[in-house]
Amino acid sequence: MSAAIELTAVDKRFDKGVAAVRGFSTTIAPGQFVALLGPSGCGKSTLLRLIAGLERPSAGSVQIGGEQAAQRVAAMSFVFQEPTLMPWANVLDNVALPLRIAGASRKGARAAALQALAAVALADRARAYPAELSGGMKMRCSIARALVTRPSVLLLDEPFAALDEITRHRLNDDLLGQWSVQAPTAVFVTHSIFEAVYLSQRVLVMGGRPGRLIADLPVSFDTPRAPALRLEASFLQQCQLVSDALERAKAAELLT
Amino acid sequence: MIESRRAPVWVPAVAGLSLLLVWEVVVRSRGIPSFILPAPSLIVKTLWDNLDSLLAAWLFTIKITFGALLLALLGGVLLACAFALSRTLELALFPFAIALQVTPIVAIAPLILIYVDSTTASLLICAFIVAFFPILSNTLIGLRSADPNLHDLLTLYGANRWQRLRWLLIPSALPYLIAGLKISGGLALIGAVVAEFAAGAAGRETGLASRILEASFRTEIPKMYAALTLVVLTGVAIYWVTKILARTLLGRWHPSEQG
Repeated sequence: MSAAIELTAVDKRFDKGVAAVRGFSTTIAPGQFVALLGPSGCGKSTLLRLIAGLERPSAGSVQIGGEQAAQRVAAMSFVFQEPTLMPWANVLDNVALPLRIAGASRKGARAAALQALAAVALADRARAYPAELSGGMKMRCSIARALVTRPSVLLLDEPFAALDEITRHRLNDDLLGQWSVQAPTAVFVTHSIFEAVYLSQRVLVMGGRPGRLIADLPVSFDTPRAPALRLEASFLQQCQLVSDALERAKAAELLT
Repeated sequence: MIESRRAPVWVPAVAGLSLLLVWEVVVRSRGIPSFILPAPSLIVKTLWDNLDSLLAAWLFTIKITFGALLLALLGGVLLACAFALSRTLELALFPFAIALQVTPIVAIAPLILIYVDSTTASLLICAFIVAFFPILSNTLIGLRSADPNLHDLLTLYGANRWQRLRWLLIPSALPYLIAGLKISGGLALIGAVVAEFAAGAAGRETGLASRILEASFRTEIPKMYAALTLVVLTGVAIYWVTKILARTLLGRWHPSEQG
């Protein structure tokens, strides 16, 4: 079950008077994979936190499946830029955490966690501790934890930014594979044009300070996507379009 | 090159034994009288000769020390949890904790001895006062240092207060708590001994400090050393217990225990 995300004229000002987002409106259909792209400091992460209900909008509304983000019942998962694992718990218990919080028994939560780990090819490291894993493995663990609850909405805040390119490509494909199985509504924040185009069905370009929506570009390649797509001319053309929009976003930043 | 943290046990053992050997040889070869500096062999003999009275005193000191440490652990952790859950409570009570910590225990001990009937209870209170602050303050810092992203994650999954305490705050605070316990363990022993000096207690229900005082009145230097040896052994034992505890609880995941 996936849920629609509806942002209406969202403003976010922080207590110290810093305005992060202004007048942001868009609707994301259930099950859609959207990339949120923009220069550093343009409010992408803030927007993602608003959708997650971790921040309240100063004005406007954020609705998930027709309910206010903070009061939603729709299950939502968040993948941070860092793996954000509990260092004192092994991989299995880290992945089981969301289910344990929801009241599942230890045994039931662990069984579901093991399945989620198998889906990201990490089942053989279930008993390892986070400190014993590579960066890519930690991130896979983090994704398994996000997917173990079968969320309606999956939010990802530059999850692969710190990884090398080979690992990032692999994790992009793994993520798309998981997304096509569970079909949550996904919002993926990234700096990378190629990553945005490869993953998403639609790229939202943000820019300016405070951040606004500069461009809303559809990406029409078929899903599931094959790694070979990264080398096709049409892919690079699409990246060029996004790149142009990003230039406009940077220009918008200079004007404000 | 950085030396391995798991240094072999024989290094400190050989160093300690050599020191004792040099001590023994110097005392014997120079003919230093035992009322100035007794040889290690004489200290061991004195310990053996007074085993009954010293053992009873040792047990008493151990009882006070570990009793105080246990109270400090309970009080420190509970208070730290309460402070972490309520900022108002912290603002109201933390100054008292600091005042208690900065006042020298020898200055409060006479008052406590007057107010509290039982000497044992007053010694316990004194040792507790000395020992509890590092646990309180460290645990509180630990509770506050939990990863903000993990806090957000728990918020997102709708965790309640107790779940947050159990899944995030307590494990985050554990390394800090153990660091506090390492300090408090030594302090509890110091508190137990110092409070007994201040009490000047005599009689059956007394600890090693009383044996040292009595021996000093009679200038029985070897007996003072014998009692002192037991105090030192206790302190070292407490240190080892906390070290083993740290390795057991933190060994697999915390950088402080990964050599």
